[in-house]
Amino acid sequence: MSIEIQGINKFFDKFQALHDINLTIPDGQLTALLGPSGSGKTTLLRIIAGLETPEEGRIRFSGKDVTDLHVRDRRVGFVFQHYALFRHMTVAENVAFGLNVLPRKERPGKPEIRKRVKDLLEMVQLAHLANRYPTQLSGGQKQRIALARAMAMRPEILLLDEPFGALDAKVRKELRRWLRSLHDELHFTSVFVTHDQEEALELSDQVVVMSSGRIEQVDSPVELYGRPDSRFVFEFLGQVNVLSGKIRDGIMRQGDAWIRLPEGCENDDAQLYLRPHEVRLTQDASDRAHLPFRIEAINLIGAEVRIELKPDGWECEELWEVGISHTEFNARHPQRGDRCFAVPDVGHLFCEHAAEPTTLDWR
Amino acid sequence: MATTELSERPAKRLSAPATKRVLPGFGLSLGISLFFISLVLLLPISGLFIRAAGMGWEQFWFVITDPRVVASYKVTVLAALAASLFNCVFGLLLAWVLVRYEFPGRRLLDAIMDLPFALPTAVAGITLATLFAENGWYGQYLAKLGIEVAFTPLGIVVAMAFTSLPFVVRTVQPVLEEMAPEDEEAAMSLGASDMTVFRKILMPTLWPAIVTGGALSFARSLGEYGAVIFIAGNSPYVSEVISLMIFVRLEEYDFPAASAIAAVVMTISLLLLLVINVWQGRYLKRLQGG
Repeated sequence: MSIEIQGINKFFDKFQALHDINLTIPDGQLTALLGPSGSGKTTLLRIIAGLETPEEGRIRFSGKDVTDLHVRDRRVGFVFQHYALFRHMTVAENVAFGLNVLPRKERPGKPEIRKRVKDLLEMVQLAHLANRYPTQLSGGQKQRIALARAMAMRPEILLLDEPFGALDAKVRKELRRWLRSLHDELHFTSVFVTHDQEEALELSDQVVVMSSGRIEQVDSPVELYGRPDSRFVFEFLGQVNVLSGKIRDGIMRQGDAWIRLPEGCENDDAQLYLRPHEVRLTQDASDRAHLPFRIEAINLIGAEVRIELKPDGWECEELWEVGISHTEFNARHPQRGDRCFAVPDVGHLFCEHAAEPTTLDWR
Repeated sequence: MATTELSERPAKRLSAPATKRVLPGFGLSLGISLFFISLVLLLPISGLFIRAAGMGWEQFWFVITDPRVVASYKVTVLAALAASLFNCVFGLLLAWVLVRYEFPGRRLLDAIMDLPFALPTAVAGITLATLFAENGWYGQYLAKLGIEVAFTPLGIVVAMAFTSLPFVVRTVQPVLEEMAPEDEEAAMSLGASDMTVFRKILMPTLWPAIVTGGALSFARSLGEYGAVIFIAGNSPYVSEVISLMIFVRLEEYDFPAASAIAAVVMTISLLLLLVINVWQGRYLKRLQGG
């Protein structure tokens, strides 16, 4: 079931939480709503579910207008951030709740309900906990029960609000993989809200980046990371190194730093954004760029050695970060305080007078 | 040498804190509390029972089963029951309004809620009697409908309900405040109707608080004197309450009889509160995962 969102505006008193949201969520895909807190992503999710009413705009499920439909009639599965399990019911009663409250005509018989609950609990691999109470479960277990409960009504749309937010790193990773495989198996349309870019990029087919009530970009994870449309998306997704300066005659300058740009760049104020893996470190300046640094810190943990760099003779708001391989690190042994130069391979140029960024390639 | 020293030291360290508590003053504060409770509660209560016991079993039975006294038990218990039931419903509604809705004057209403506690009960009684008298503000309209409140058992219910309303509101309010609206939203997203949400999600959580509030309200109503006597009419066998019977015996200088009746009321109250406590303890243990 696809979800079409058209011209949604939402106010909380005078505060506008969502500005003219237009979005299509394709059938059978996993979509992430990604943004910092206060960006309106949870509000959008709740509007899709019917837990919030927009002041303007329409919501359609596969073409059918559901804007005025009450949450209980929309037949979506909703998993709450803090699980919202019913404390006074056992795990099995929680999962059976949706089936038990069906009108008598539609309600399956007791043995049928029992069987479906058993199947659902087996699906989330927690059949042995059927008679426990929610307070006796761990966070990861609660999350899976909440999921089983939402799935009990066989919804075609599953909405998850920060599904892994309250879990520790290891459980989070496990559950993420599990949700992905569950989704691949059952093919419902799911939308989940997250502020964790890694989670969004790893788990979803499509990522919707939001900030202050607006959609910044909608793309596949690969496109999003490779070609961010805006400074916001660039800064929000992963580490980024920024050089602000003025372009004159194909050279961008600031203080002692300069970079020779490929042909076709207008004279303008501009910012050059570089991912850590798009920059190399050298002992000497090259004819391509002159970006002097002092090494500020070296972090050895992880697949790469991360080196934090402080500009020498020019300025930037945040320290630069460059990754080098452990082999390279062992060969050269850079020390804190060493002077070195950065050489860009690929960069993304945001000019003051241009709407879209240009991707530059020196290689 | 070094190893024995290492293995001995932790043993010494461990044994010392086992007898010590982190927070100081347990012995002293418990002692003072117990002493105080004994002084103001246990001692007078035992005095009461001793006094009642001094009269001999047969006479004790004779005093507490006097037809006029038995009639007053009936009136009091039934009126208290009606009042506390009314308070359970109305108190829940008030607590709901105070917690769930934002409206101008909410804080004021919240403060007014305690007024029945703060008001001298005699003042409450006189006010209610004036309001509900046949020519009072409410009484004149109720009289047209053929409903008499003042100087009837119904008046007793009104006075009891008035003085004990805050018990229910104040016990239910914090529970409601703590309840996450997500539970209700989750139930609704699973297709539950408003009524089902109320019955299956809200009530099981609110239940213990309502029962506690109701029980407190009932216990208080059993012993209510000041507010009741002004509006009750106090005619024998019809609208006399237990506390009035105690007072009547006192006026006759029949202290043992007064103590005997008082002992009965107290036993009922204590038993009720005890039962509620045990039941609630079990229920809450289940909720919090025992």
